[in-house]
Amino acid sequence: MPPKGNSNYIALVDSGIANIGSVYKALEKAGRKAIVTHEANVIKKAAGVVFPGVGSFAYAMMILQKNGLVQILRETIESGKPFLGICLGLQLLFSSSEECSECETKVIPGLNIIPGEVKLLPAGQPVPHVGWNRVYLQQKGHPLFKGLPEDPYFYFTHSYYVQPLEPQVRLALTFYGSQFTSAVAHGNLMGVQFHPEKSGPEGLLLLRNFDNMVFIHR
Amino acid sequence: MLAKRIIPCLDVRDGRVVKGVRFQDIRDAGDPVEKAVFYDREGADELVFLDITASAENRQAIVEVVQRTAEEIFIPFTVGGGIDSVEFMRELLSNGAEKVSLNTSALRSPELISAGAMQFGSQCMVVAIDACRLYKPKANEVKNSSTCWEVYSHGGRYPTGRDVLEWAVEAEKMGAGEILLTSMDADGTHSGYDNELLAAVVDTVSIPVIASGGAGNLGHLVDALTTGKAHAVLVASILHYGKYRIADIKKYLAQQGIPVRPVISYP
Repeated sequence: MPPKGNSNYIALVDSGIANIGSVYKALEKAGRKAIVTHEANVIKKAAGVVFPGVGSFAYAMMILQKNGLVQILRETIESGKPFLGICLGLQLLFSSSEECSECETKVIPGLNIIPGEVKLLPAGQPVPHVGWNRVYLQQKGHPLFKGLPEDPYFYFTHSYYVQPLEPQVRLALTFYGSQFTSAVAHGNLMGVQFHPEKSGPEGLLLLRNFDNMVFIHR
Repeated sequence: MLAKRIIPCLDVRDGRVVKGVRFQDIRDAGDPVEKAVFYDREGADELVFLDITASAENRQAIVEVVQRTAEEIFIPFTVGGGIDSVEFMRELLSNGAEKVSLNTSALRSPELISAGAMQFGSQCMVVAIDACRLYKPKANEVKNSSTCWEVYSHGGRYPTGRDVLEWAVEAEKMGAGEILLTSMDADGTHSGYDNELLAAVVDTVSIPVIASGGAGNLGHLVDALTTGKAHAVLVASILHYGKYRIADIKKYLAQQGIPVRPVISYP
C-alpha cells in the first residue's frame, strides 16, 4: 500500500511490458526502493514515476489500454511530477509508431504526450542497435546528467528511435549511422532511449539524479 | 559510434569460478558473483559466464549464480555452456542474464537459435564458435588462399567437418545477434588473437564479433580490434592473474585511438 498523506515514493510502473526487476534493483541501489505497481491510485499519489518498457509498441499500447493506464499516465505527466520513461517507455509517449519496416502505411497510435513519431533505425548499420554508445547532451546543465562525464556512454538495445516534432525537447543525441534523439526532456517529463539500469555507474548516477529531482527539488 | 567492449570471461563449474590451463589442472578460484562485482566496479563493459559444469543435474547452480549476479551488477552479462532448450534460455534471461550463448547445441540444432531469437530477440542470442585452422601457415608465410578454419564442438573436443565462415553465415541467418569466436590455435598461447580468422568472419557477417583466445598483452587487444576488426575482446587470464586491470587496458586502447567507454566510479 502507498503511504498516506504526502507521498514519498517513486512508482515504478509495472505494465507487464518490461522486465521490471533490473530497473527496480538499479533504483534501489541509486537511491531508494520504488513501489512496483500498475494501480492507478498508487501511480497518482507517487512523488515521481518511472515507466520502463521493452518489446512491441503495439502490444504495449494494448496492455496499457487494457489496464486502464493511458489516462493515468497522461494525468500524472500533466500534474507536473518528475516522470522518466525508459526505452519503450520513452517511445510510448510519442504520437505514433511505425509498426514495422514492411508495412509503411500502418501506424500505431501512442500516448501522444510528445508530438512526434517512432521510427525504425535506418538501414546501413546492424539493427537492433546494441551496445555502449555516446550520448551528447543538448540541454546544457540538465539535472538528469549532473555529475556524469562529458558525452557519457550508455547501454542501448533497440530497433526504433524517437523523432520529436519540436527539436527543443531533445535532451541528447546519439550517432549510429546517422544521429537520433537518445533522450528527451520537457519540464518534468523525461525519457531515455538507453537503459540506465544496465549502464553501470553512468546509469546509476542518472537514476540517482532522477531521485534527487523527485525528492530534493520539489 | 559504438564503443569497443572489454568483456571479462569467468569459467564456472558447479557454481564456482575455476581457473586452469585449457581446463586441465582446474583449481577453485572463488565465488562468481564476487568476481562479477569486482569486474563491474573495475569498468568491464559486459561479462560472460561460461558454465563448464559437466553434469546436467548441476545445471541449476548456474541459475543461482545468474540470480545473485543480477542483484549485484549493473552491466549486461551473458551465460553460455550447456544451454540446449528455449526453456533454459528463458530461465536464464528472466533471472537477469542479458544474453545467452549457444555452441554445441546450436550446431546440433540450428533452429534453437531461431526459436530463441523469435521469443527473446536477436540481441539476446550469441553463437559461440570454436575454430581451428585446417591449414596452418609456416612462419613468415603470407596469407594463403587455402586458409580455412573448422568448427569444433563440445568445448573444442570434436571436429565437426564444418567450415567456420559457412557456419557463421548460417548462425546469423538463423537469428544470432553476435558471434563469440574462439581460436583454438591461439587459445592459451598468450601470443595474440588469430586476427586473420577474426577479420575473415567480420567481413563475412554483419553482426558483431567478439574475439577470444590468445591475449597476452595490450598490443594483442589492439590488433584484434584493428587488424582483426573485432567489435569486442573477451579477456580471461590477463585479468584473472592480475597482469592488467581494465583501466590499464582502456587507457591504452584510448591512446591508440580506439573508442572505449572510460572507467568511472560508482556513485
